[in-house]
Amino acid sequence: MSATRPDPDRLLAEVKADQQRAARGKLKIFFGACPGVGKTYAMLLSLRRLHDEGGRVLVGVAETHGRNDTAQLLEGLPRLAPRRIEYRGRTLEEFDLDAALAAHPALVAVDELAHANIEGSRHSKRWQDVDELLEAGIDVCTTLNVQHLESLNDVVGRITGIRVHETVPDPVFDNADDVVVVDLPADELLKRLAEGKVYLPDAAALARENFFRKGNLIALRELSLRRAADRVDAQMRDYRRTRFIDTVWPARERLLVGLSGAPGDERLVRHAARLAQKLEADWIAVHVDVAHWRRGKQARRQVAKTLELAAGLGAETVTLPGEEAAEALVGCAREHNANRLLLGHRPRPAWRFWHVSTIDRVSHQHPDIDLVVIALGEPQVRPEQVERPERGIDWLAYLWASVACLAATLVATPLVRVFDLANVVMLFLLTVVLVALRFGRGAGAWAALLAVGCFDFFFVPPRGTLSVGDTQYLFTFALMLGVALIIGQLTARLRHEARVAAAREKRATALARLARELSGALTVEQIVEIALRDFAGFFQSRVGLALPDMANRLGIVPGGDCAVDVSIAQWVFDHDQQAGIGTATLAAAAARYLPLKAPMRVRGVMAMEFADPDLLHEPEAQRLLEACCSQLALALERVHFVEVAQSTLVQIEGERMRNTLLATVSHDLRTPLTTIMGAADAAASRLRGDAAEPLLQSIRQQAGSMLRLVENLLDMARLQTRGARLDRQWQSLEEIVGSALRELRGPLGEHPVHIELPPGLPLLEVDALLIERVLVNLLENAVKHTPPGTAIGISAHLHDDQVTVEVSDAGPGLPELAPGKLFEPFERGRKESAVAGIGLGLALARRIVEAHGGHIEARPRTPHGAVFSFTLPLGQPPEVEAA
Amino acid sequence: MSGARILLVEDDANIRRFLGVALRDEGFEVFEADTCKRALIEASTRQPDAAIVDLGLPDGDGKQFIAELRSWSAMPVLVLSAREREEEKVAALDAGADDYLVKPFGVPELLARLRALLRRSAQADAASGSSAVRFGDIDVDLAAHEVRRRGEVVRLTPIEFRLLAALIRGHGRVLTHRQLLTEVWGPGHAERTHYLRVHMANLRHKLEDDPAQPKHLITELQVGYRLLGP
Repeated sequence: MSATRPDPDRLLAEVKADQQRAARGKLKIFFGACPGVGKTYAMLLSLRRLHDEGGRVLVGVAETHGRNDTAQLLEGLPRLAPRRIEYRGRTLEEFDLDAALAAHPALVAVDELAHANIEGSRHSKRWQDVDELLEAGIDVCTTLNVQHLESLNDVVGRITGIRVHETVPDPVFDNADDVVVVDLPADELLKRLAEGKVYLPDAAALARENFFRKGNLIALRELSLRRAADRVDAQMRDYRRTRFIDTVWPARERLLVGLSGAPGDERLVRHAARLAQKLEADWIAVHVDVAHWRRGKQARRQVAKTLELAAGLGAETVTLPGEEAAEALVGCAREHNANRLLLGHRPRPAWRFWHVSTIDRVSHQHPDIDLVVIALGEPQVRPEQVERPERGIDWLAYLWASVACLAATLVATPLVRVFDLANVVMLFLLTVVLVALRFGRGAGAWAALLAVGCFDFFFVPPRGTLSVGDTQYLFTFALMLGVALIIGQLTARLRHEARVAAAREKRATALARLARELSGALTVEQIVEIALRDFAGFFQSRVGLALPDMANRLGIVPGGDCAVDVSIAQWVFDHDQQAGIGTATLAAAAARYLPLKAPMRVRGVMAMEFADPDLLHEPEAQRLLEACCSQLALALERVHFVEVAQSTLVQIEGERMRNTLLATVSHDLRTPLTTIMGAADAAASRLRGDAAEPLLQSIRQQAGSMLRLVENLLDMARLQTRGARLDRQWQSLEEIVGSALRELRGPLGEHPVHIELPPGLPLLEVDALLIERVLVNLLENAVKHTPPGTAIGISAHLHDDQVTVEVSDAGPGLPELAPGKLFEPFERGRKESAVAGIGLGLALARRIVEAHGGHIEARPRTPHGAVFSFTLPLGQPPEVEAA
Repeated sequence: MSGARILLVEDDANIRRFLGVALRDEGFEVFEADTCKRALIEASTRQPDAAIVDLGLPDGDGKQFIAELRSWSAMPVLVLSAREREEEKVAALDAGADDYLVKPFGVPELLARLRALLRRSAQADAASGSSAVRFGDIDVDLAAHEVRRRGEVVRLTPIEFRLLAALIRGHGRVLTHRQLLTEVWGPGHAERTHYLRVHMANLRHKLEDDPAQPKHLITELQVGYRLLGP
């Protein structure tokens, strides 16, 4: 039953990928079997076509290699100037990523995807530049040869005998939107070569004879066609999957590849990548860190590099601590539900006849696991032989061992008269065991040798010589040496384990301490202080920290002792990727830049300059660093949200105070105005016909305009508070217009008003009182600025998603002001005019309309007059049951 | 009408003073009160014909006073309120006030409103029971469910007629959205003000000459509607 259901994870992944694809630029790869097939030419040709059609194209990099036909294509195309870099006394040219990003063309051509950038560039590889271009939404077309594909790199190397070191990870190729195979039959290519049409770099020219053999070319051609066909096949399957999701899809396979850390692992990884791709399986590269303590720095770096390669090829990578590789691998396989285990097989050297290989162990003890064994050919070498762990010889231990043996001899001398020689041997054995326990294997073996010597010289007859009278003492010597070595070995392992445990303990304690300290931190400053102090201590490094401001620009936090390059930090912050030493991006930097990633977003960037850069290759240290960074990020995020909550509280409090203040002010201004107006009214009615009546009338009128000013000011203040709440309800525009006209009955008296509202005007979701204020202000404005008797018009028009309301007059028209200036507060059309008002009305109108998501403007009306129009969005009014 | 007894409830002495002067000049007999408690005593002892009530009183709000007054009197009540106090105003009208004025107001406007209220209460006393109503050039026969405009029959839907009838019953008074919705659609529909807007628009288009500048079916924005006109 479950087998017929589409895999929801996969569907989800597809939806996600689709979304990402929509925002990303498109990548088109011109793919060929070898140099000289005409990829650059084909690329430029397609670019040219787009350019002629009017597309915004840009040539980022195009290697013409002096060929005329290609150079001709470039003519007239916009080209990007290369960036010049001083490198070891020479000026080299490199693709200018920042200029390309700034130009932001629709399509940019970047030749030779596999190119490795000059040291000091932002990314170490060009395909990373391309990735950033795509990320920025720019389409890219590029060229690639099959030998530069990571997973095929070794295969091509074996065919041609030449290994190239510039490679492109397979996912880049597989995820490209379009791959165009540029194909040329081998004979034709050879002909072109003979005609000198194929450019070869000098170094490769030496190998020309080898490389351009017909057999090689045919093999390469087949390889590239097959790889391209695989890609098409995968697309086909994807298509089927999205179209016919009800067909049966098997559960996704999972592959586990075990890496021993010996040379040859890289081949194993590439093989696994190819297999995983064919099987459409997820794969996990696992390294079991069996003999960590015996391994030197070089070997550890090798392991890290192999794991990086695997990650680049799409694997999940895991490093497991463990004593026994087979058990750890099988455990990991079961945990990840992987049904296949890939292991490399190396011929066992004859001297390790007793050694049971991991393959044998797995196949004997876990017959249920599918085992895929890859022959690696190279004989196995003991890591110790590759490189000795660089540990200084502890001369003191040997001295103590010698002293102990001397002491044992001195003690034994009187005893030999009492005891049998066999018991004296016991004394020496005890000495050897103690020395081995205390000082380890080397000193133990030295003590055994010395003890045997002393015993032989002083006690075994004939005394005073090293010759042995009785052969049975030879047996005693061998036994003593064996015991010393075994004890020493055990002690060494015990000590190593204790050391590992202690280191783990130390790290766990460190992490716990960091967590405890961070949990108590209440401000960013405290967190920064803790981070700078603790990180420096944990990793023996210099630490710097950069945190973003409101606009997401990073600023360096003072107090760090590591010089932080803000531009690198900003890049890390923006791309949420590590950069700096030991990474593929800006590897020339002295420090490693780590994004502090919290659940919501990146909270900052940490820069660390390690006293020992190899520390980063240690899985343990890396894990600790990651854990510490995420602790730090979490703490920063927590504090951020605390701050947000606090500022919201402050804001709410501020708003409450402002509202109280507004209410008080409006009450205290209105009450006296009410009295002034009312008293003037009452007095005027008593003094009708008296000379004082006009005076009272003007008191009344001026109080009235003052009142309107106060109303506008208060409305303005209310709307200016951030997020002013609108009381939006489904209102009828007709009612609002009617209400506004009713309020202005008096002032409008001598102006005929023409109203044109379309029938069937839907309800609008607006704050009726505020929209009424807009209309009142516009109408008052019209009354103020036009002579009595001229008509005023109110009309509304419906558009797709909005309604436009217009108030027009036939007055003198608009003052000469910059557009929009009219709606600025305190801007009056004509300075020093006798018309009352300080021009708050229009500013208020604009604010109200904009708060509703509309737009207000003024334009002259023909033949004369002005039109003020504002828009309001149409919504989906609720249904009204007909009755 | 002059000689009518008016109860003036207002805590601000200045406003009380000029209102008192204006009302007395018009021939009204005025009783003043500055607190809720005082107002209730005055209302019960002086038997006023109408009350002017400020909503912001020091010992309680005017709404409470109106509610208590309404329990034993049907006298018209005119409310004075500040502009911000939208909800308070609506609550006062819901509690039984007849009309409202926003401060600051013109004295002539106040006097006109007051006279209209007094006239209507006198008419209501005299002509209760009549089913024929006339305003402007509209004739409504409530019993026969018939509406004529300049003698011509106007077809109204049942909801529109019920709405019109409710407005006629409250002739001159401001009827809040809640009051109209409850009366026409029933208590469950008190929040659906957009129903009212749509049906009121239909009524205006059927009965008014210029629906955007109505003469009778007046909109009180955010508050309700009122029927005006002789």
